[in-house]
Amino acid sequence: MRNKLINWFRYASPQTFYPLAGRMIPWFWGLAAIFGVAGLFIGFLLAPTDAQQGEGYRIIFLHVPASWMSMFIYLVMAFWAATGLAFNTRLSGMMASALAPTGALFAFLSLWTGALWGKPMWGTWWVWDARLTSELILLFLYIGFIALQAAIDDPRRADKAGAILALVGVVNIPIIYFSVQWWNTLHQGASVSLTRAPSMAAMMLWGMLLCALACWMYSIAVALMRVRVIMLERERHTDWVRALLRGKA
Amino acid sequence: MKPRHKRIALILGGLAILAIAATLVLNAFRSNLVFFFSPTQVAAGEAPQGKSFRIGGMVKEGSLQRQPDGVTLRFVVTDTEKDMTVAYKGILPDLFQEGKGVVAQGKLAADGVFTASEVLAKHDENYMPPEAAKALGDAHQRAAANRAAAEAAARTTKQ
Repeated sequence: MRNKLINWFRYASPQTFYPLAGRMIPWFWGLAAIFGVAGLFIGFLLAPTDAQQGEGYRIIFLHVPASWMSMFIYLVMAFWAATGLAFNTRLSGMMASALAPTGALFAFLSLWTGALWGKPMWGTWWVWDARLTSELILLFLYIGFIALQAAIDDPRRADKAGAILALVGVVNIPIIYFSVQWWNTLHQGASVSLTRAPSMAAMMLWGMLLCALACWMYSIAVALMRVRVIMLERERHTDWVRALLRGKA
Repeated sequence: MKPRHKRIALILGGLAILAIAATLVLNAFRSNLVFFFSPTQVAAGEAPQGKSFRIGGMVKEGSLQRQPDGVTLRFVVTDTEKDMTVAYKGILPDLFQEGKGVVAQGKLAADGVFTASEVLAKHDENYMPPEAAKALGDAHQRAAANRAAAEAAARTTKQ
């Protein structure tokens, strides 16, 4: 038991995680490029035209992955926030802060591509239906998290305050996901879910899943890059960062 | 109990309380979060009286009538139980089609006609190539024809 705990927490120390993250980043960038090119190739060149929406539906290859990521990154962020509160590990708070801007970016992309899609198909850029409104709240949660952390000077206190906000905001995620089932919304229901067969042509689905994988890899890569910078900034008084910076200079 | 366990319990307890609170609030707001009412709900008097609201449903097949000016139109919205006539003056979204979903915002006039100020198309979550859609439509028609033939046969055997 003791051994296991040591292994588990070994990489929770910034000093050991910093070089590990550095080694992983190029791999995730590479995978992001491969999945992205494959997904867009299938999406734009191989996937058939949609019977109802014509070529316009192809924005789905960005819209759906961005929406999924915006929700999933929030869950991961809340997970790190909870771990930070429970175990008092320094790295957890740093991971949560590193993920927030990427999550905000995807929430914004989801709303933006949704607006561009909604205008030609539904006939409006924006409606206050449950799905759209709850996704907008998610964007505000991300921005609120970033702002709250930036407003508190002491990083440990900033982590704690941010963690509580992140955990409270978690209730919004199932609301976004199930909004189209619980209420009448203008937004249609899910085409892809774990419980039943997807209601889209196989080629379209492959393109979308590959694009989603590309977004995952991209998110991991940028989050690791960002967390490395945060580590250096917060641990700048420690010996290992001094030694590292001396070595570079 | 270690302090760490206490903190985990606090977090889990907090989340549970939050979840319950959110469920109760959402339940209380249930009717107010409705984006549109179906014609059946309107007929049952659930829609707000004298105020602007949205109705949603399918555009009934063959119900779209255009005036010569091209922008004044009437169509029937149905949820297969109740029908509702909608009058609208303006440009329809590209996806507006008979037999497809629609959401219209407007007011209910005294004569029971819904006067819309905005009409939005609501599409479904199915994405397929046109050939597949056509095959599906044909199969639907064949099934309907078979059913009609079976009913006709049943009637003749009864007589």
